[in-house]
Amino acid sequence: MRERIDDSSNIALAPPRLGQGMLVKRIRGLQHFITTKRLGAFGLFIVLATAVMALGAPIFSTTDPWDVNRRAILLAPDASNWFGTDRLGRDLFSRVVYGSRISIYVGLVSMLSAGAIGSLIGVTSAYFGGYFDLVVQRFIDATAAFPTLLLALALMAAFGSSLNNILLSLTIVFTPRVARVVRSVSLSIKEMPYVESARAIGSSDFRIMFRHLLPNTFASLIVVATSLIGSAVLIEASLSFLGVGLPADVISWGAMLAGDVLIDFASAPWVGIFPAMALTIAVFGVNVFGDALRDVLDPRMRGTQ
Amino acid sequence: MRKYIARRLVLFVPTLLGVSIAIFTLLRVIPGDVAALMLGGAEGEGSYTQEDLERVREQLGLNDPIYVQYGTWIWQLVRFDLGDSIALGRPIAGELKRQFPITLQLAIFTAIVVSLIAIPVGVLAAVKQDTWIDYILRSIAVVGLAAPSFFVGMLIILGLSLYFRWIPPIAFVNLWDNPAVAFQQLIFPAAALGFASQGLLLRMTRTQLLEVLREDFVRTARAKGLAERAVIMRHGVRNALLPVVTIAGVQIGFLFSGTVVIETVFNVPGIGRGLIQAMFIRDLPMIQAYIMYFALVALTANFLVDLTYAWLDPRIRYG
Repeated sequence: MRERIDDSSNIALAPPRLGQGMLVKRIRGLQHFITTKRLGAFGLFIVLATAVMALGAPIFSTTDPWDVNRRAILLAPDASNWFGTDRLGRDLFSRVVYGSRISIYVGLVSMLSAGAIGSLIGVTSAYFGGYFDLVVQRFIDATAAFPTLLLALALMAAFGSSLNNILLSLTIVFTPRVARVVRSVSLSIKEMPYVESARAIGSSDFRIMFRHLLPNTFASLIVVATSLIGSAVLIEASLSFLGVGLPADVISWGAMLAGDVLIDFASAPWVGIFPAMALTIAVFGVNVFGDALRDVLDPRMRGTQ
Repeated sequence: MRKYIARRLVLFVPTLLGVSIAIFTLLRVIPGDVAALMLGGAEGEGSYTQEDLERVREQLGLNDPIYVQYGTWIWQLVRFDLGDSIALGRPIAGELKRQFPITLQLAIFTAIVVSLIAIPVGVLAAVKQDTWIDYILRSIAVVGLAAPSFFVGMLIILGLSLYFRWIPPIAFVNLWDNPAVAFQQLIFPAAALGFASQGLLLRMTRTQLLEVLREDFVRTARAKGLAERAVIMRHGVRNALLPVVTIAGVQIGFLFSGTVVIETVFNVPGIGRGLIQAMFIRDLPMIQAYIMYFALVALTANFLVDLTYAWLDPRIRYG
């Protein structure tokens, strides 16, 4: 008992060492996350492993993924070609390793840009309200009425196929979803007494939005953003599979399943199985990590799983 | 209820107009001359003369002012007379009329199968919460959400061709012409399409039911000695199904866009594959019409879901 009292008084007396304290808190938080959300931690592990694979692709790959070998066409997996080869004799293991780059890149960039633009739109729409809010909301409703894949397809039809256009399309597809969540959270925070006080001491609109509203939407924002990564990766793969996504010279898991692979697949299943497995595992990882994050960060979801 | 329908209809029309304007504008931001793009073919390899260019421009109405173009297009959509596809040399409306029933069959068939399986399974997962049955069912749901539908389709085709020497049929039979054959053709694409969408429905059912089972009235029902079966079915499932209905309905829109991928894998001659073909031959009027009808289906599904929701829950009607 006495020890406990001593302890607390120590904390109270000790000068706040913010930097280290925060770090310890973060690590404790992570430890707690890993022990209570095992599946989520496993997802995080998959995500990190994919990221490492993407960054170190030249190290992990066994050969040049673009290297065409006419004497090694559609070889089954063996000691030298771990995942076998495709119809141009290219090593599938190296291609799967390099394919992670596009998925990570597409997932991260579209999430970051949609997150930034969407939260900006959401917070201003909630803060200013009135006609501005009404117009923005109708626009968001109209975009959200489309199924995501269809909207992405329509945008790709307009822009033409390239990596940047995929990123642009995904950003347009995802921004309304982020904006919707940030707006609804901002609307409730706007009524909080501390926002009232901030206004009373003469804070500018800008300061209230970015200092008081936006940071408090962060938990919800992270939850939505994580859920977007998985669908971004899947949509990119679907577009590339349909042949309207990435140009043929870019290595992507989706593109590796497109075109002639459908013909080769029956006689040489490895050409399809490995890229598809990589894709599925990566999306699975992001999804379960996102679910666990939602359980932890979203108070409404606590205890329901 | 009638008042509610009227109010929803009033909101439905502007959304539809907004979507049509969006699609119309979107396909006019294409960089470069649309007529030249279309004549140039997929790789820009086609050759054409200045007269061809003028003829196509005239045919597409590209020389008219933009609002006239939009008006003409809307009128075409309403009359369902969409002109000829330039690349195919056939009326677009005819293509749609032939392809649409196939996709509709596929989507509705999938929706029914998925609902019949995923909802009871979700209930089972909730009832057996935190047992190995629950874990297995939830893993299936999560894998369904992560696995790309085209891969599931490819695996199904691989399995069928290895064990039954089955390959996707080339000609397609309509449900009313020969139900047995049509059923055989639909079941595999529907399985692939359904596997992707069962995840959401299963998880939604499970979460909702768990939430409802925590309510006070469920405790009361148990306390008064009601059989567990009756508690789950009559008090639990009935109240949990409301949000599930929404998801199931919204899924129809998603199933429709999912057909784009699945029809390509299984070689089903529906509007999904039609849209992709139109994109390959860069037939602008065709792309525009296809996307608009896709959007129309999604919006109508949403609208019907809203109505069902209001019908099931009086609080919304009077809210």
